Amino acid sequence: MTPFANPRDWFRNELRNFFRDFTGTSPGRGGRWPSTRSGRDLGVFPAVNIYDNGEGFRIRAELPGVDSDDLEINAKPDQIELRGERTIAPPEEDANWHRREREGGSFRRVVNLPKEIDPDGVSANLKFGVLDIFAPRSNDERPRQIEIE
Amino acid sequence: MSDELEIRERDELQRGEGTRQGTYFRPSVDIFETDDALSVLADVPGTDPENFDVNLEDSKLTIQAPTRGLGENWKPVYEEYRNGHFFREFRLGKQIDRDGITASFNDGVLTIRLPKQEEAQPRTIEVEEG
Repeated sequence: MTPFANPRDWFRNELRNFFRDFTGTSPGRGGRWPSTRSGRDLGVFPAVNIYDNGEGFRIRAELPGVDSDDLEINAKPDQIELRGERTIAPPEEDANWHRREREGGSFRRVVNLPKEIDPDGVSANLKFGVLDIFAPRSNDERPRQIEIE
Repeated sequence: MSDELEIRERDELQRGEGTRQGTYFRPSVDIFETDDALSVLADVPGTDPENFDVNLEDSKLTIQAPTRGLGENWKPVYEEYRNGHFFREFRLGKQIDRDGITASFNDGVLTIRLPKQEEAQPRTIEVEEG
């Protein structure tokens, strides 16, 4: 099952990836749109969803336990980079673990966008553990670092 | 240098386990025990603490945390994770002091602390000489 809503986008993306590989540019881990998925490989953290309302894109990612101090967002006309650290506080001393399912660690992910956006108009909000980024469409070319509300 | 995080597949529940309409997922949890309490930490991003339902009945702890959708004018272009409510149940093996239960919610993580009932202290019995 493909994460793309429109199968034509999947095909266009495969074509884009093909030319990228062919020209030898390395997008880096998570640099493709989307991350490569094969069998068990679920891709780079965090998982993202992209929505479109015609005026811009909304990128959402689940980042429970991540504070805005631990997160950095950089926006360019065709991509948004998320990087940061998720810290899981160690429990009290002499604690016995019954379950341990949550993981901490660093993350870096580049999300390529389907259309050009205006980095100056990008806003981000981190609330209740969900990162919500709005990226309006535009032709602007300058990269810019985004403040998180 | 920290290890890099990876995505884990979401754990979807069978329908009917939650009380609201929609898809339910099991949140990832950490549970640990110290001398005086059990602690449960659950990743429930996107939930609103006003709508939580945390319940302890007998020794079954139930956590229900609903999420809200985005609104119809947002069309999904690309989805790596599915939106849904959170639900999970646990059997606690210890007696809990119900009045002492506390819960907090920070950055999408629900932390519940369940203090254990005081067990009878071991007591040395002096034997008087008769």
